[in-house]
Amino acid sequence: MRYILSILTENEPGALSRIIGLFSQRGFNIESITTAQTEDPTMSRMTIQTSGDEHVLEQIQKQLHKLVNVYRVNDLTEGPHVEREIMLVRVAAKTADARDEVKRCADIFRGAIVDVTATHYIVQMSGTSEKLESFLASIRETCNIVEIVRSGIIGLSRSEKTVK
Amino acid sequence: MAKLSGAEMVIQSLIDQGVKQIFGYPGGSVLDIYDAMHTLGGIEHILVRHEQAAVHMADGYARSTGDVGVVLVTSGPGATNTITGIATAYMDSVPLVILSGQVASNLIGNDAFQECDMVGISRPIVKHSFLIKDSKDIPETIKKAFYIASTGRPGPVVIDLPKDIVNPANKYNYNYPKSVTMRSYNPTIQGHKGQIKKALTTLLSAKKPVLYIGGGVISANASEAVKSLADKLNLPVTSTLMGISAFPGTDKKYLGMIGMHGVYEANMTMHNADVIFAVGARFDDRTTNNVEKYCPKAKIIHIDIDPTSISKTVSAAIPVVGDAKKVLETMLSQLDELNVDRDLDAIIDWWKQIDHWRARKCLAYSHEGKSIKPQEAIEVLYKLTKGDAYIATDVGQHQMFTALYYPFDKPRHFITSGGLGTMGFGLPAALGVKLAFPKKHVVCVTGDGSIQMNIQELSTALQYGLPVIVLNLNNRFLGMVKQWQDMIYAGRHSSSYMESLPDFAKIAEAYGHVGMRIDKREDLEPKLKEALSIKNRLVFIDLMTDATEHVYPMQIRGGAMNEMWLSKTERT
Repeated sequence: MRYILSILTENEPGALSRIIGLFSQRGFNIESITTAQTEDPTMSRMTIQTSGDEHVLEQIQKQLHKLVNVYRVNDLTEGPHVEREIMLVRVAAKTADARDEVKRCADIFRGAIVDVTATHYIVQMSGTSEKLESFLASIRETCNIVEIVRSGIIGLSRSEKTVK
Repeated sequence: MAKLSGAEMVIQSLIDQGVKQIFGYPGGSVLDIYDAMHTLGGIEHILVRHEQAAVHMADGYARSTGDVGVVLVTSGPGATNTITGIATAYMDSVPLVILSGQVASNLIGNDAFQECDMVGISRPIVKHSFLIKDSKDIPETIKKAFYIASTGRPGPVVIDLPKDIVNPANKYNYNYPKSVTMRSYNPTIQGHKGQIKKALTTLLSAKKPVLYIGGGVISANASEAVKSLADKLNLPVTSTLMGISAFPGTDKKYLGMIGMHGVYEANMTMHNADVIFAVGARFDDRTTNNVEKYCPKAKIIHIDIDPTSISKTVSAAIPVVGDAKKVLETMLSQLDELNVDRDLDAIIDWWKQIDHWRARKCLAYSHEGKSIKPQEAIEVLYKLTKGDAYIATDVGQHQMFTALYYPFDKPRHFITSGGLGTMGFGLPAALGVKLAFPKKHVVCVTGDGSIQMNIQELSTALQYGLPVIVLNLNNRFLGMVKQWQDMIYAGRHSSSYMESLPDFAKIAEAYGHVGMRIDKREDLEPKLKEALSIKNRLVFIDLMTDATEHVYPMQIRGGAMNEMWLSKTERT
């Protein structure tokens, strides 16, 4: 099973290393991780995508909560939620056909071409991870993908309940 | 308001926290703190001979008193030498505060002389850690460290102090906070009343209940509550290694230690129980044997202050998160409210079964021959100290013999490294206990392997006048390793023979103590008696024991709780 954990921590040096260290030390998986300061500058929010069975998830949540500077831990996947990921893709676009194809696909997926050189485009795409995968699949056959960078997932619960 | 430098604030904060003794070793980056300690006074500093021992001493002090142990070391090697000690305390949930020096802030990350990333290197083995970046934060950080170390599930806390932060030239307003609160740290103390009621009802309806206690009972000072519950419900009681001394070892309801070297009746009772009532135990692998086959008929009630301990290895049917003492007190008052006349014979059939297991006398051993049996040595020690001594052990066969053959009646009297299993723990831990209880008999039961891992502390013992007894069960082998090699590796003794052992009695004498050697069985009792009568000097007894002895019972690997070797030839 795949889970998305939203974690609020004290915005202190070492908070991230404690969390990452916990995952490696206890043998838990991190599929992706993003972190930044929140609207309250003394807090950081981390979004971690992880996997395992229910027992593993329970341990991950408890162990995270046990860290002294972790304030809240929420599993976004247990209820309705919004999740997004942003991706930048550098594609070779040397021929007119290739340029057209990339532009068309980017438009269909509501992405944007954010950089253009004589031979390459950089496409910016955001959405769920599945959407990003579909976009890559659709251009892979006709274009040459040179480089990809993905942000990892961020998310918020849809309910009025906030992780605070 | 007084103006103090960073170094003075460190010492004044410790004084205001009520710290009387600290254990440590000076060095470049903490010289300002040592100077402030010298100038301000008010704290006794115990100069150890190796920083690892400073942590074990503070640990022995903390385990025997329940107070927070404090350590002060320098940066780099001073800090790295504490790591084994910190890991030992972490595994056994012992409250410690470790102050480590650090190179000046502007040198951090430069590979400066005696620099090491102490916060990073200690991260997996501390409850929490701090790197102080502003001198003004010193008092509050120290207050927080003590608060975190001593509340919830206790544990070690590291404070890393860069040299510029404690610079004596800069003075600040000093004010030690009376209390601290942390929004992200609020351990659950009171258990959920509904869950406690459910646990009680389940326990009352059990036909084959067992009360299973761990180190959490000692940490929470819950011994009395455990005793009243066991008395009221006539419950059989078993214990982990860490739980030993939490329940009177001479009480009829006490069956003994469970697990790998647990006694037969305790392991059998666990295996056949219908309700296991676990208090402050964490179902560690040494206590469960194969978890797949663990106590198949039992419904498990689990009280623990640490939610991560619940259902980590063995699933709990009724979990209660909270302080063991508070939870049990709530349960006892619920029991009073129920006002049922509990028939103490309600589980008489269960007790008959248990007595039947007891009759097997699994701890019996052969007294034949001239050699000194390690079991007998511990029994004689028990007899001569009337079971009232503080005993610290190292790790190995001697540790198990002590756990099995010395019944403890009072909590905090058995000081041993359970979780990490740290050889070299015993002597410094015993010295820490002796500092706390100078009038009590404090014995370090050790072996010829373990004692050599921190034997230099004999020097510290002389300097501070700490007359403990060191009882070295010397079998010329790494006994527990040898036992495994005998049993599992067809007797191939790969690197378990201690060749070239020193004359320990002479070593003790060279350090200024009394050295004794016992190699005749008839000398065992009189010489031990003589050693115990020497009050003002440390006595090191080098006791030659039978090298062929194994610790039994021993659970069979991969088996259930009830599968054990009871001697070299008998198994269940």
